[in-house]
Amino acid sequence: MAVGLALSMVSTGCKYRPVGMTHIPQRGTQRGPGENDNTSPITSDPRQPNVDPNAPRPNDGIPQPPPGHVGWTRNESALAAHTVHFAYDSSVVRAGDKANVAAVAEYLKSNASAAVEVDGHCDERGTDEYNRSLGERRALAIREALVADGVDAARVDTVSFGRDRLLDLGKTDAAHAKNRRGEFILLTPP
Amino acid sequence: MKKMFPLKRLLIAIGFIAAVTSTPAQNAEMTITTYTTPGNTPPIWVSVSGFSGEAAEVLRYDLYVQGFNFTNSDNAQYLISGSNTGDSLTGRVVDNIQKSTKISKSYSGASLRRQGHKFVDDFLEAINRKGIGQSKLAMKVGSGGSSEIYVSDFDGKNSQAVTRDGTIVSAPCWVPGKFALDYGSYKLGNPAIFSHDLASGARKTVAYYGGSSMSPAVSPQGNKVAMILSKDGWMDLYVADADGKNLKRLTKTPEDESSPCWSPDGKWICFASKIKERRALCKVSVNGGPVQTISVGGLPSPSEPDWSPDGKWIAFTIQRGDFEICVVPAAGGTATELVAGEDPSWSPNSRTLVFNQRSGGHLSLLDVPTKQVKDVARVSSGANSQPSWAR
Repeated sequence: MAVGLALSMVSTGCKYRPVGMTHIPQRGTQRGPGENDNTSPITSDPRQPNVDPNAPRPNDGIPQPPPGHVGWTRNESALAAHTVHFAYDSSVVRAGDKANVAAVAEYLKSNASAAVEVDGHCDERGTDEYNRSLGERRALAIREALVADGVDAARVDTVSFGRDRLLDLGKTDAAHAKNRRGEFILLTPP
Repeated sequence: MKKMFPLKRLLIAIGFIAAVTSTPAQNAEMTITTYTTPGNTPPIWVSVSGFSGEAAEVLRYDLYVQGFNFTNSDNAQYLISGSNTGDSLTGRVVDNIQKSTKISKSYSGASLRRQGHKFVDDFLEAINRKGIGQSKLAMKVGSGGSSEIYVSDFDGKNSQAVTRDGTIVSAPCWVPGKFALDYGSYKLGNPAIFSHDLASGARKTVAYYGGSSMSPAVSPQGNKVAMILSKDGWMDLYVADADGKNLKRLTKTPEDESSPCWSPDGKWICFASKIKERRALCKVSVNGGPVQTISVGGLPSPSEPDWSPDGKWIAFTIQRGDFEICVVPAAGGTATELVAGEDPSWSPNSRTLVFNQRSGGHLSLLDVPTKQVKDVARVSSGANSQPSWAR
């Protein structure tokens, strides 16, 4: 965590500070553009390059159809091996997790009648509704990745559980990392 | 549930009559004592004598969470004395400086608790303040895969379950002036928003879309509801008529907006979002338009804003390792950190906050000017969180 913080400081542009030193600003001090204080959530994965700010961004999300898979059979284990994990306060699907998304996309391509519910989860840090929003954003990011892999958006539902369904009740970084996840629930027609 | 309704209706009726019949002179007399320095105002010293048991507990609790503290009769500004039997209470308050009797009254009926609450409310009215003794809370009870909505008195007593769905619920919000709540529920599968009339038990869906619908906030006028929906593929802020119709999208960002609340005039919606990669409090006109940042003086990760009913303050939570309750002037500026906790909700008189202490799994009351804190009685079993104070 300390290493992550330090790396984050470096990557977000504290260029006048010695590498590896954690700067603790005074409360309420002004911060320059691009600087993070050391207590703010890290907004991107320190091990990944930041998203290119000049890259074209979509104008909007991918609209969701009305709830259409009510009453479908839920299978929580079929795709459990492909759970995607996230960095702290981030909804970026990391390079290392693209294979999980691709595997689910492949499964849906070979099982034309199936659909999937993506459940977004958070660690216990962060307030309740903030986490409920963040969890949904994680699920939406996975949904976008599935669509980019050729899956019809109408076959992907999203649900956020915020911090309501922690997998690991521990307070360690490892426990938090385990909880920050997007799970795939296989849905098959009744 | 139905037993509580006539009382609530009566209170609303009284409030309404007072509002429409008061002359400017009466208004001046009834001005709520204001404060300009949250957390840094000395308490008002009182002495309490003659009461016993539950009555004494109620009086001391109600006084403490409204900015009073206790001393002997020599040093007190107000001398509060009286007595109680099993079913009645007699109380008197003397202004120890002016040497005048502010109030002398006897109470019977309802319960000893209600009598105590009413006596403190009457005392506050006699010194030109408005008490919280008759007000109600709603909250989430339980965690994990099963939680329910409850309502209780402001001190956590007289609680009643609103839901018995055995699913996840979230973010209850009172419909202003009504005995009704909006809240999030997973009963239908996808998180949806329900509006629940507590008198009749009737429940309607306000938002049930693809994706997650969450965090309802009914406008002070009761005619609109703000909420966070992902139906269009991003988490964004929407506003609709109170029944969910005439939906209008107010933000269009890939960020995760959360926790909307209203300005008391119903013109602005404040919410938590991210601006230039930093968590921030924002506001937007209910008619749409540009999103404005509300400065909180650089405090980290603000969320869960709640705009005070008098329009002056926004209370919110920050995260600096643990969580802290803060208030900032509604226009933004220098924020004051008050106490450790989460998810503040203002009392109807804009003085006390109810908030969540996650580690203890209970709610607490915070008198903002003095920073005096008392725990709210735990409702049912399971963690109590996400409080909403009825206005």
